[in-house]
Amino acid sequence: MIPRNFGLLCLAIASTLLFCAAASFRWDRVPAKEHARTNPLASRPESVPAGALIYKEHCEQCHKTDAMGDGNKKPALRTDRIKSATDGDLEWFLRQGDLSHGMPSWSSLPQAQRWQLVAYLRSIQQ
Amino acid sequence: MARSTLHPGSKTTCLLSVFFFFGFLSALPTPSLHGQEKPYFVTYSHDLEEPGNLEIESKTALGQPPGSHRYGALASELEYGVTGWWTSELYLDGQATGQESTLFTGFRLENRFRPLMREHWINPVFYVEFESITGADKNMLEVVGHDGQGDLAEPNADTRQEHEHEAELKLILSSNLKAWNISENFIAEKNLGHEPWEFGYALGAARPLRTLSSGKPCTFCLEKFTAGAEMYGGLGDVASLTLGDTSHYVAPIVGWQLPKGRLSFSTGFGLNGNSLDRVYRIGWASELPQIGTWFRHNGGTR
Repeated sequence: MIPRNFGLLCLAIASTLLFCAAASFRWDRVPAKEHARTNPLASRPESVPAGALIYKEHCEQCHKTDAMGDGNKKPALRTDRIKSATDGDLEWFLRQGDLSHGMPSWSSLPQAQRWQLVAYLRSIQQ
Repeated sequence: MARSTLHPGSKTTCLLSVFFFFGFLSALPTPSLHGQEKPYFVTYSHDLEEPGNLEIESKTALGQPPGSHRYGALASELEYGVTGWWTSELYLDGQATGQESTLFTGFRLENRFRPLMREHWINPVFYVEFESITGADKNMLEVVGHDGQGDLAEPNADTRQEHEHEAELKLILSSNLKAWNISENFIAEKNLGHEPWEFGYALGAARPLRTLSSGKPCTFCLEKFTAGAEMYGGLGDVASLTLGDTSHYVAPIVGWQLPKGRLSFSTGFGLNGNSLDRVYRIGWASELPQIGTWFRHNGGTR
């Protein structure tokens, strides 16, 4: 006999899987042209320290010094999701932000500084 | 009718309030600076306050209408990022006119909303404000209708009697293009006491002097400076939409990011006979990051 709550259980599992799938594929929202971009400043030795300074000025207050977030609404930045993103994905996301979830748009930072920040984010993934 | 002049008896209270206010501020988290916002004094860009941050800002305007006394007007501003798409602000305005008096001229409550959650070529922001100010307000945070230097020359004794309740709407359009910010504001203001709608505009463009970060903590390096210009003026009212019979200004601006705040300067040049020859402006802004989190951690709430 099928338990009465079996349908509800299936629905909950399906919703969870869908949510996880949506979260892990968030970079699919990035336009293909942006996704394919590479960091033009990646080879410059000053990019990582410059990105670290920008991180300290703009990002650290939410994502914390170790980039592990606050364990609540401010997410960690040393994750598989960041590792799996291309440079173009990260620069695009910094420019767009996620206003409905509290992440501001950093379009007012010059693009060169966003690339420096991307270089820093890459450097802390090890 | 309430008088807003600071009489000697109220000065002690006022000084105590200032003392406690700054004492309170000193107990808060260390102020910092976040270089998102532009050094405009009148124009708004689509930059909103980061969610949870509180910015404390002061804007001073100095001028002298012909045949009248020098004045200094101060607008103190508290700006809070409610969400990523909504910023709320409180302004407290005052002014001091030479050989006349020092006045508290009222308050403003404003809210800015970004209707589009993505970045576009042109980013709209809706601005809604309620003002309760007297006719003695000289901050010139916008120019609308037929505002002119004559309004600024009237004695405080007369203008402080005029209490105005106004609603102001702005459509802010703003773009960030190749390190430049270009912003256009269209202003509609309505005195709620059966006055006609008045209109105005503000335009601004600004750019950091260097787009790459040097990677070293510095105070005087070029990436800490932003330069640009803004232009603002009135457009008449519903009965007479006009560029004449109102005032217009063009103002070069410079912003300097310091470790604990942002300093801004501007000199506005009047463009017609109804404008002041010069308006000097100085601004200071400092930000308290994640103030809500700080209160939760230090206020005992769970």
